[in-house]
Amino acid sequence: MQQLEQLREHARGRLERLGNTVSSQVWRLGFASRFLFYLVMHSGTALRRFRLTVAEIYFAGVLSLIIILVSGLFVGMVLALQGYDTLQRFGASESLGVLVALSLVRELGPVVAGLLFASRAGSAITAEIGLMKATEQISAMEMMAVDPIARVVAPRFWGGVISMPLLAALFSAMGIFGGYLVGVQLIGVDSGAFWSQMQAAVDLRNDILNGVIKSLVFGVAVAWISVFEGYDAVPTAEGVSRATTRTVVSSSLAILALDFVLTALMFTGGTNQ
Amino acid sequence: MNRSTIDLWVGVFVVLGIGALLFLALKVGNLASFSNSETYQVQGRFANIGGLKVRAPVKSAGVVVGRVADIRFDNETYEALVSMTLDYSYQFPRDTTAKILTSGILGEQYIGLEAGGDGVMLKNGDRVRLTQSAVVLENLISQFLFNKAAEAKEPEKK
Amino acid sequence: MQQSPIVEIRKLAFGYDPARAVLRDVDLAIARGSVVGIMGQSGCGKTTLLRIIAGQFLPTAGEARVLGQPTAQLDRHGLYAMRRRMGMLFQFGALFTDMSVYENVAFPLREHADIPDDLLHDLVMLKLQAVGLRGAAQLMPTELSGGMARRVALARSIALDPQLMLYDEPFTGLDPISFGVIVRLIRELNDSLGATSIIVTHDVQEALEVVDTAYFMAAGRIIAQGSPDDIRRSAEPFVRQFVHGAAEGPVPFHYPAPDYAADLELAAG
Repeated sequence: MQQLEQLREHARGRLERLGNTVSSQVWRLGFASRFLFYLVMHSGTALRRFRLTVAEIYFAGVLSLIIILVSGLFVGMVLALQGYDTLQRFGASESLGVLVALSLVRELGPVVAGLLFASRAGSAITAEIGLMKATEQISAMEMMAVDPIARVVAPRFWGGVISMPLLAALFSAMGIFGGYLVGVQLIGVDSGAFWSQMQAAVDLRNDILNGVIKSLVFGVAVAWISVFEGYDAVPTAEGVSRATTRTVVSSSLAILALDFVLTALMFTGGTNQ
Repeated sequence: MNRSTIDLWVGVFVVLGIGALLFLALKVGNLASFSNSETYQVQGRFANIGGLKVRAPVKSAGVVVGRVADIRFDNETYEALVSMTLDYSYQFPRDTTAKILTSGILGEQYIGLEAGGDGVMLKNGDRVRLTQSAVVLENLISQFLFNKAAEAKEPEKK
Repeated sequence: MQQSPIVEIRKLAFGYDPARAVLRDVDLAIARGSVVGIMGQSGCGKTTLLRIIAGQFLPTAGEARVLGQPTAQLDRHGLYAMRRRMGMLFQFGALFTDMSVYENVAFPLREHADIPDDLLHDLVMLKLQAVGLRGAAQLMPTELSGGMARRVALARSIALDPQLMLYDEPFTGLDPISFGVIVRLIRELNDSLGATSIIVTHDVQEALEVVDTAYFMAAGRIIAQGSPDDIRRSAEPFVRQFVHGAAEGPVPFHYPAPDYAADLELAAG
C-alpha cells in the first residue's frame, strides 16, 4: 500500500515538473517575443549608424563565407553523383541539372546554409553577447545611458538577417557549379542538356523566390534566437556555454520545422499544380 | 582589422551574394518568361485534360507561346475549363485547334495550338472552339484489345 | 549655503522576491561634495543599495531621491538623463574588450555628444592624463593589468564630468601601489570635479583612509555611521569586529550546524 502511495507521489512530482517545464518554456517564448518587438522598435541606431551593422555583417557573413562556399561545393558534387546514379537507371540522366538545381534552390540552399550559419555565426553571437553580460559590459553601457539593446543587440540581429539570404544564394550557386563540375566535366552528361533542362524547369517566381523567402525567414529565426539566448544567458562561464548550445540546438530545430511549414505552403498545391 | 578593411570585405560579400542571386535568376531559372511582356487570355473546354497541370507550356509548332493559367471544372457542361495566357506578340486565328499532347511517350502534358485559316484573330477572353482532349492510356489499351478481339473474330467468319 | 543632499534615501526596503528582503528600512542622506563609504560584509545589501541609487532596481518600499528626483518615477528617458550626470566604476572595470583604451574612454563622448574628432581626441587625452594612462591609449583591454584596467574604466566614467561618482568595490584585488593610486584618484577627481563620491567596499582600513563619512550595514540595515575616527573608536560590537578583523564577534565563526558530538557519533556509529 505504501509503495503505491510512493509511486503516486513520484508520478505526480514528475508531472508537475513536466508542467512547469512546459509553462516556463511558454513563458520564455513570450519573453523572447517581447524582446524581439523591443529590438525591432529600437533598431533606429543600427540603421542610422549603419557602420555598426556593417561590422556585424562582416562578422556573421563574411567570416562564414569559407564554410558556406566549401560546403555548397561538396553538397552539389554529391548531389550530382548520387543523382546520376539513380537517374541513369531511368534513362533520364540528362535531367541531372534539374535535379541538382531544384534540390539546392528549393531546399538544401536555405536549410543547410541556415544550419551552418546557426552553428558558426549564431553561436558566436550568443557567446559574445553572453560574455558581455557576464563581464558587466552590458551593465556599464546602461550606466552610461546607452541602450545596450539598440547599440549591441540590434546591429547583430540585422547583420544576421541581411547575411543569411546572401549566404544561401551563394551556397546554391556554388552547389550548382559543383554539380556541373561532377556531372558534365567528370561524368560526361551533355552540357547543353544540363543547363537547358535546368532553365526550363526552374521557375524564377516559384522556386528561386521561394528559396529566398525561406532563407530570409530562417535568417530572422536564427538571428532572433542567437541574440535572445545571449542576452538571456546566466552571467557565468557555464551559463554562457549552455546558452551557446541552446542557440545551436534551437536554431537547427526551428529551421527544420519552419522548412516543413514553408514547403507545405509553397510547393505543394493539391489542385493541378 | 580597421574600419575600411571591414567595409571592403562586406562590400565584396554583398556583391558576391547579389551576383549569386543574379546567377540563379538568369542562368538557372527561366527569367525569359512572360513576366515582362504583355499577355492575353483565352479559354478552352476539354472533355478530358489528362495530366495537364497549371503552368504547363502552351506550344505552337513546338515553340512555347504561353502558359496554362487556370484549370477548372464546369459543373454544368461537365467539361474541363482551361484558361491559357498567351504572349501578346503571338496572334492566333479564331479557328485554331487546341490539343492536349504529351512530350515524349511518358512525359509531361502540354497544350499544342494548331493555327486555322480564319482572318479574325483571338482576342482577350475569347474561347478556342476546336479542342481535342488528352489521350487516356486506359482507353487506348481497351480500344486496342477490342480491335484485336474483332480481328480474331473476322477470320472465323470467313 | 546649505544645499540639498545629492542622494536622499528614506525608509527604503527592497527584495528580489517578496520572501527575502535584502534591504530593510534604510535611511541616509549624502551631502554634496563629500566622499562617502558604505561598508559591510558580503551579502549585507550594500551593492544592491548602490544599484538602487543608480536606478538599476526600483525600491519595493520607501523612496530613493538621486540628484533631486525620485528614481521610481523616472521613465526610460528620465533615467538615462539622470545617468548622464553620474559615473559608475564597476568592480573589474567592465571595459569593452573589442575596443582600444582610447575607444573605451571616447565611447560616452561619442554616444552623447556630437563633437569633432580633434576635440574628442583632446578630451580623451585629458581624461587619460588625469588617471595617468595617457601613454596606454592604443592598448587593448586584454593587454592591461587589473589596476590599469580599473583606471581606464575610471577615466571612462568621468568622461562626461559627472556630478555623482559610484564605486563598486574599487579596492578589490589591488596591490598596495595600485591601491594607493586609486585612493589618490578618488580624492583628486572628487575635488576637481566638484562631485560627490559613494564607495561601496568591504576593505575597511583602506576605505577609512579616504572617506569623509562612513556607513556600516549588516543584514540590510544601517547599523553605524560617522566620520572615520568615530568608526575606529566605535563601541558597537559588529563594527568593532569588522574594523579590527576579529574572527569571533557578533558574526560567528561557525556556520550554523547540528551538535558536533552528535555529528561525530553519527559518522562513527
